[in-house]
Parts: sequence; structure tokens; C-alpha cells
Amino acid sequence: MHTSIFLEFFKRTRNRSTEIIEKVIQGIFLILGLITVGCVLLITVYLVISGIPAIKEIGLIHFLFGKEWASTAAEPKYGILPFILTSVYGTAGAILMGVPVGFFAAVYLSKVASKKVRAVIETAVNLLAGIPSVVYGLVGMLVLVPAIREVFHVPDGASLLAAIVVLAIMVLPNIIKVSVTALDAVPKEFEDASLALGATPTETFFRVSVPAAKSGIAAAVVLGVGRAVGEAMAVMMVAGNVANMPSLFQSVRFLTTAVSGEMAYSSPGSLQRNALFSIALVLFLFIMLINATLNFFLKRDKEK
Amino acid sequence: MKKRIRLFVTGMLLTGMLVGCGGNKEAVATDGSTSMNKVIGALGEAFEADTGITVTYNATGSGAGIQAVQEGRCDIGLSSRNLKDEEKEKGLIGTVLAYDGIAVIVNPDNTVDNLDINTIAKIYTGEITNWSEVGGNDAEIVLIGREAGSGTRDGFESITETEDKCKYRQELTSTGDVITTVASNPAAIGYASLASVKETVKALTVEGIAPSEATIKDGSYVVQRPFVLVTKEDTQLSENAQKFFDYITSGEANEFISSAGVVPAN
Repeated sequence: MHTSIFLEFFKRTRNRSTEIIEKVIQGIFLILGLITVGCVLLITVYLVISGIPAIKEIGLIHFLFGKEWASTAAEPKYGILPFILTSVYGTAGAILMGVPVGFFAAVYLSKVASKKVRAVIETAVNLLAGIPSVVYGLVGMLVLVPAIREVFHVPDGASLLAAIVVLAIMVLPNIIKVSVTALDAVPKEFEDASLALGATPTETFFRVSVPAAKSGIAAAVVLGVGRAVGEAMAVMMVAGNVANMPSLFQSVRFLTTAVSGEMAYSSPGSLQRNALFSIALVLFLFIMLINATLNFFLKRDKEK
Repeated sequence: MKKRIRLFVTGMLLTGMLVGCGGNKEAVATDGSTSMNKVIGALGEAFEADTGITVTYNATGSGAGIQAVQEGRCDIGLSSRNLKDEEKEKGLIGTVLAYDGIAVIVNPDNTVDNLDINTIAKIYTGEITNWSEVGGNDAEIVLIGREAGSGTRDGFESITETEDKCKYRQELTSTGDVITTVASNPAAIGYASLASVKETVKALTVEGIAPSEATIKDGSYVVQRPFVLVTKEDTQLSENAQKFFDYITSGEANEFISSAGVVPAN
């Protein structure tokens, strides 16, 4: 009797001290979480505050749909339609080129490849993901740009096409890795059932596994879009950076490079600097939109 | 002049004050023109070897350097163009350190060797679009330039009077990128600081005169611009910054300025 009361008491005190420790740790985690939220809020608020004045001064329609950008000219023009269209076309092109390659590579890696082959290819994909964008840019500049000039007989190879190719390669690892994870997560029973019913392995992969993993694959594509829209350095080195309306063999400027190219030279408080912030705000809204799409796909996946 | 004497006297007084403290090794901060990398690097190294004071250099571009000195974020701003009137009105002083020739560069395979300044302007404004019009091969001219705000672009456009009129095919963000691009495209023309030009590209003669130290100094090579040290009129330089300023403008460091491929002004 005595011992059990004693034990009970001991248990309670131990519980109390664990509770305190739990609370403290929870508090620390809460603060860490809030730091992240704070950063996002800070950036959002800062971008909105610094992005709005130029849009007000230039006029939303003129800013978004103006076809000319000449920020340092005697009569400056601030139209960012060329940048918006370039970013949209560039990203769409990169996805068009990157998704088929990435998708089939992912199906192969997840379903067909032997363990050894898979290990080698996955290492390569991870390496590709780890290459800094400036290296992509450099290789693009030294190899891809002259190659485009030679192959297509254009005066200069720095163009939207060069940027699309570089971006397509850059989004590959994202698409492959996320798709492979999604395909790996398809329950083996689905595939076994399909095989048992007489479907060939290829039929099984494309009629059963892929549809089962389609939300994850969609998320991979959206992630790729996010990466392509936000890339600046590599694109800056191969796209030529002239504010032309986009066309495949023209020198073009993306939203990202429009900001980074001129930021160092613009003086604070000037309309040019404010307009750069406005471009950043537009880019930010683009990326928010992409994130919202991503969340939509992921949530749909969970609800299933 | 008065200002400089005042600066000097205050500098002397400060030196006197600090002697007792056993020397001050605070670094001299410079900030600005990416084209001045080499010259400031050489001068900073020599200065550090002499005095033990380090010189930091932040390559941000002329505009950013001028702004930095105005906001007090660095000791000496570096600009590869003369100060604009509105910048002088804000209380900034420019002291010419050296002259830099801007080389007009083409691919080594290009048969054109010489252009005059008007032709260069016509090429860059899009009036002349084919190399055959200036005695070269039949190939469309590819105009390579720098981004808006670059000191080299500003220098080049103001010398050739083509401000805001250049029809660039590519706007690149560094001298190195321009040289690499011109070296890889047989129809390209670009411009870069003479000090950075390598054998991978060919520097054109302008009006028959090749860019060199001698032709830049005597003014016969016309595509040239000053390298300017920017300081604030009403703010005292730190002791070390003043030492560095005096060292590089006195003429005793001229060999290092020349070694960087530009022509000393003093």
C-alpha cells in the first residue's frame, strides 16, 4: 500500500516536470514557426508598400500593358508587358520541353529501372539539382548560344529559345524527384491487381500507377513552373536581356532579370527603383498564384 | 583647394591624436565602378604593403558607388564617368584618378580593323546593319552592349552620342560577359574597358588610332573616359582613407595605375 502511493506521487511529479519541459519546447517551436511567418509577412508587406507607388504613378494599365521599357532614357517608359510575356512564354516553353522528359524518366526510375540503374540515375538527378544556376548560365552561354546561332543560322544565339532550353534542364530534377516520390507511393496491390488481370507492365504503369499518382505529378509540374518563373541568373546569361516583345530567336528580358539587371544602378526613391519593386511585386503575385495551385493539388491528394 | 588644405590639416591633427594610440588599422572602404576593379585592386595591394592598412572594394557600379559615398556607406566612391551636375549639387566632389580607353572590340575573325567614331555611332543606332557596308564580310552586325546604368555603357554612349538610341542585340551585365560573347560570335561588336581586353577579341583602331596608353593620354584615341574618385564635400575622410587618397593621387603610385592598363592622370 505504502509503496503504491509513493509510486503514484513519484509519477505525478515526473509528469509535471515533463509537462513543463513540453510546454517550453512547444514555445520554442512556436517562436521558430513565427519567425518564418514573420519573414513572409515582412517581405509581402515590404513589396506591396514599395511596389504600389510606381504603379500609381505610371498607371496600372500603362505599367502592365505598356510595350516599351526604357527606364534610363531621357523620356523614360515603364511598360512591362514584354517581361510578363517573356516570363510566361519562357516558363511554358521550359515546361513543354521539361515535363515529357521528366515524366517518362520518373516512370522509368520508379517502375522499370533495376536498383543499380536507379541508384546511378538518381545520383545524377540529385547532382543536376545541386548545380548552381550560374554554372547553367555559363555552359549555356559558351555552348548553347553559339550552337543555336550555328544550327538556326541566326545572327546571334542569345534568345528566348536558349533561355527555354536552359530552364527546361533546370526544372528536370524537380519534376523527376517529386514524380518519383508520387509514383513510389502507389500501393503495390494496385499494380499487382492490374497485372493479375492480364495487363502488361507498361499498361499497368500508364493506366494504373500514373493515374493513381497524378496529383503528385501535377504538383511536380507546378513546382517546376515555380522554379522556372523565379530563375534569374542562368537566364540573364543566355537571354540577351533586351526588353523586346518575346519571339523565339529574339533577345528577351524576363521579369526576374528586369529586376536584378537594373537594381544595382537605380538610385533609391527614383521612379526607376520603385518600378523595379513593382516588377518584383508582379513576380511575387505570379509565384503566389503558382503556390496556390500547388496547394490545391496537394490538398486534393490528401482528401482522397 | 581650400577644402583640400582643410582636409589635410585636419588629417594631420587626427594623425597626431592617434599616434599615442599606437596606430589605427581600420580598412578603407571603396565602392563603385566594376571597371575600376583592376586599378583599385593594384593600388590597394600596394598601399597595404606600404602601410598595413587594407582597402576594401565593392564592385557595384558607378551609380551605386556614388550613392554609397553620398549615404556614407563607404569612404571613397568610384565612378567611371564624370559626375553629373545634379550629383555635384548634392555636395560630391570628383577627382580624376586615371583615364580609361574604351576599346571597341570585334571577333578576331572579323576583317574590319578600323572604324571612325561616326560609323561606330551609326552601327550602334542601327543605321548600318551589315558588316559588308563597312568593308567586312556579308554578315548581320550583332550589337553587344552593357545594361542600362553601367559606367562603360554610359561612357561609350556619351562619347559616341548615342544615348538611348542603341539597338542592342544583347545587354550583358559584366565586361567579362561582353568579351566572352564577342569572342564566340564572328559577327559581334562590343565595347569594353581597354584594361580588360584579352587576346580572344580584336580591338579596333578608331580613326586610324589604336587604343594604347600613349594615344589615350594625348587624347588622340577618342573613345575614352575618366576614372573618378568621389568624395563628399562636407565630410572629413577618415585618416586612413585620406592617406590612401593622397597616395593614389600624388603620382607616386602611377606605376600601379599603369600596371592596371589605364593611364594615370596625375
